[in-house]
This record gives sequence, structure tokens and C-alpha cells, in this order.
Amino acid sequence: MTNPNPTAHEPDFDAVTGQSTTGHSWDGIRELNTPLPRWWLWTFYVTILWSIGYWLVYPAWPLISSHTTGFFGYSSRAELTQEMQALEQRRDIQAAGLKTASLEEIKSSPDLSRVALARGKASFAENCVGCHGQGGTGAPSYPNLTDDDWVWGGSLKDIQTTIQNGIRWTQNADTRMGEMLAFGRQGMLKKDEIEQVVDFVRSLAKLDTAKGANLAAGKTVYDANCAACHGEAGKGNREVGAPDLTDAIWLYGSSREAMIESVHNGRAGIMPAWASRLDPVTIKALTVYVHSLGGGQ
Amino acid sequence: MTTSPQAQTGKPSLWARHKIFETNSILLILGILIVVSIGGLVEIAPLFYLRSTIEKVEGMRPYTPLELAGRAIYVREGCYNCHSQMIRPLRDEIERYGHFSLAAESMYDKPFQWGSKRTGPDLARVGGKYSDAWQLQHLNAPRSLVPQSIMPGYPFLATTELDVNRIAQEMRVNRMSGVPYTDEMIANAVSDLRAQVDPDHPQADAFQKRYPKAASRDFDGNPQRITEADAMIAYLQMLGTLVDFKQYDNKANLR
Repeated sequence: MTNPNPTAHEPDFDAVTGQSTTGHSWDGIRELNTPLPRWWLWTFYVTILWSIGYWLVYPAWPLISSHTTGFFGYSSRAELTQEMQALEQRRDIQAAGLKTASLEEIKSSPDLSRVALARGKASFAENCVGCHGQGGTGAPSYPNLTDDDWVWGGSLKDIQTTIQNGIRWTQNADTRMGEMLAFGRQGMLKKDEIEQVVDFVRSLAKLDTAKGANLAAGKTVYDANCAACHGEAGKGNREVGAPDLTDAIWLYGSSREAMIESVHNGRAGIMPAWASRLDPVTIKALTVYVHSLGGGQ
Repeated sequence: MTTSPQAQTGKPSLWARHKIFETNSILLILGILIVVSIGGLVEIAPLFYLRSTIEKVEGMRPYTPLELAGRAIYVREGCYNCHSQMIRPLRDEIERYGHFSLAAESMYDKPFQWGSKRTGPDLARVGGKYSDAWQLQHLNAPRSLVPQSIMPGYPFLATTELDVNRIAQEMRVNRMSGVPYTDEMIANAVSDLRAQVDPDHPQADAFQKRYPKAASRDFDGNPQRITEADAMIAYLQMLGTLVDFKQYDNKANLR
């Protein structure tokens, strides 16, 4: 049952498939005009109906000055507000006391400290590990928080102040300020004086000194330039963030070169103030967490 | 000898009327154009006049020349391939990154850097999260600070002098697409750029007046040169810090 003249461009019937053809023919091969499957077509119509339902329920069509809001007045930001409130409520159920309790009370209460440590740990993992490392072990020029060698103090109050206001974070009026001067670059000490004082400080810390180092001359330089902040005995001063020079912990490295660079160029590590990014309860939790890492005083 | 259903009824049914489009390509193209235009108009045009899509915020200003140069490097290096700049209004994102992004915060981004892929973290509010020294070291060698990072290093930024001669032209192009740079801003582009990395620059006050509250300091720790790292860090430290959220009313902006 085929068209005797396949180039006639007329629809035809194909007996094998039981379908009509479109009338198109290429080299004697004719194109079947197979209809879309019924299930597909009905699914398509249902999606059209579904979209009408969607328009009615959700914000959809723009109007002159506003838009259709849908039957239930859905708003993604209102939903967010609800979720944040629900989160706040769940936190209140866990430990509403965190809001009002002092740091010492949190520390001594097993219930409060359990929640504070969990929250502090989560916040630490997002906000602090970039510099202080996973677990707070620090990196060169970023202090280790697990030891008891604190630059700015390791009491709960000190840690809270540091987190809130940062260190040399000038956007914050209460930030911790202290300056290790660039004794070499600013011409206060000559090259040989710097080497002398570095050797003297190395002797304080029981590090090896250069052969034939003049420790007495180094002590003179130290007393005149360094003792004001680092103390006569080199024990440091946490009020101004001057580290202890007698222990084995060296924030910028204990090599002779690193120490010469510290004296030549000065050091001024910066920590952001978190009061503008984190809420007070999170900062409390972080404080208790950092205090618990091993070095809290 | 034809037995096609159409041939039998003589008149095509309603369901077969689309045949006219399927057999006339010009008509099909016209039909597509009309339908797509309606869809486009309905979806796009209202965004320009609906009150609820135009958010009023305090604090947005055009990027400084240095920040704009940093932004160009951000785009050049393809940072958007791994970093989004779009905090969605979802609880988890707000807990991690801070207040959700507002449309107004990318009003001077041509084009915006929202991105859609987060191999690295979102950067919409990275400004002020780390120190300049951290940003520099992290750009130079990410794994020296974040051991598990897969970000490539960009150590050449700190050693490449910033090409300051293009900046005025770039500001002009931005102005053509709607950023309100004034003639004065464009005329002073290079001196403003130099003033931002040097608070003692003679133009420092004029710069602060043109770009209120812009951070001005030596960003890459090398006061001798203005490098691409200066521009990049200035841009990163500004991200997400412009809008004053104390003035922003969440309740009035429900949508």
C-alpha cells in the first residue's frame, strides 16, 4: 500500500507501522508522522495545570506597583526569620544561661560549659582555624592557643577581650595596641648592635649564640631598648603584648635570622575584632572553648 | 489510495493546527520571537519598577580605583569559578557567613560575581575576616595556612606591578554601564589609587572625601611598590563591608 509516486509530497499511510507519513520524502525514504506518546502529552498538560496552581499559591505575577503574593503570603525571608527564631529557641532550651552567665559561671557549670564548648568548637572551625589552625596549634606568626605562653593574656577575661576587639585592628576603638619597633629600619640600632642584642636574647632563651658573641654589649643594648616592654629579665609584658623571651616558644621562629629580622623590621601581627561579626554569646562560647584548649589560665 | 485520517475528515482538527508552524520555518521563528519576548518582558521589565525588587540601603558607594583594579584581577584569575559572592537567605549560610547578601550589594558589580559553585568558601563577607598579612600569605601559598586547601597559589600577584594606566578607562566603561563615577573621580583615578595604599599621600584627604570610609593603608606590606596583591587585598577586605546593617530593616524588606 504505498504511494506510487513518492515525490508527490502528500501524506500517505504506512502499512507496516499503521501510521500516516508527513509527505516528506528523501531518496525514497518517507518520514513517519508518529504522534507524541499519550502519557508524555498528558504529563505536559498536567505541568501546565500545576503552574496555574503554583501562581495561586506562591508570589508570581508582577502587577503595576507590586506583585501577586499568593494565598498564603509566602516570603522566603519571613521563613528565614522563623527558622532563626526557632534556632534561638532551641538554643535557649539547651542553655539560656549562656546569655547572662559570667565566663567563670559557664566554666564551672557542667551543663553550660558542655553547650558552650560545642558552640565554641563549631565557631572556631569556621572563624579561627584559618590562622590558628585546626585544633588551635597555630602557625608561624599566628599563635598556638594550646600552650600557656600567652602574648596578651590567657585568662577568660583576657581571651574574651582579644576576641572581641582584636589585636591592632584599628577599626575597633578598644583593640589591643602594642608595637615592636623596627629598630633597624628606623635607624635606632646599628647592624652590629642588632646582632649583639639577638645573641643576648638567645642566651636568655638558652639558644646557641654566635661564636665570640659579646653578651655584655648585647645586655647594654637590651636594657636600653628592649627592657621597657619585654622586662629586665625578658619575661615579657602582656599589657603591651610583649612576649616572654626566655622560653622555647618563638612566634616568628627561633632561628638567628628570624630574630634579627624581628629586631630590624619590627613585628605587628594583626587579629580582626570579632565583636562586629559574631554575637556576644558566640564570643563567650569561643572564649570558653579557647580557654579549654590546654593553655587557659 | 490514501487513507490518512486528515484526508478522510478533510479539515484538520484543533490538535493538528500547529502543523502550519512546523512546516513554515519563518513563521516558526516569528512565533518563537513573540512568545520569548512576552516571557522576557513579564520576567525582566517589572524588576526595574517594582518597589519590592529595589532595595534601599545605606553605605553603598562605587568601588575605589584600587578596589576596581582588584576586582578586575579577581575576574581575570577566574576566582568566581570556585568562590561565590552570594550568601543565600538560609539559616545554615547565615550561621556560617553572616547576613544574607542583598541585591543592592552588587549594584556596582559589572557584572556581578554571585557565582554558582563553591569549591572554596563564599566570599561575599570575607572583608575584615582576616588580616592583610594573612590574605597575602594565603594568596602566595594557601596550604601554608590551610593545609587541606586545594586552592592554587597566586604568588605572582605580589611581584607584579599593578598597571595603573588602565584604571581611568575601566572606570569610564563602568560608568557607561551605570556606575555613578563622576568626572572628578575619573580625572583623579590614578592619584586616588596611589592615595589608598599610602595614608600619607598628599591626595589622601581628597580620596577619603570621594570614597567615604574606604580603607587606606599599604595592603601587601611592601610600601615601595603598588602590586596586584595590593589591589586584590584591598578588594577582598572591602567585600561585604559597605552596607551598614544597623540601618537595614529586615522586617521592612520581607520578600
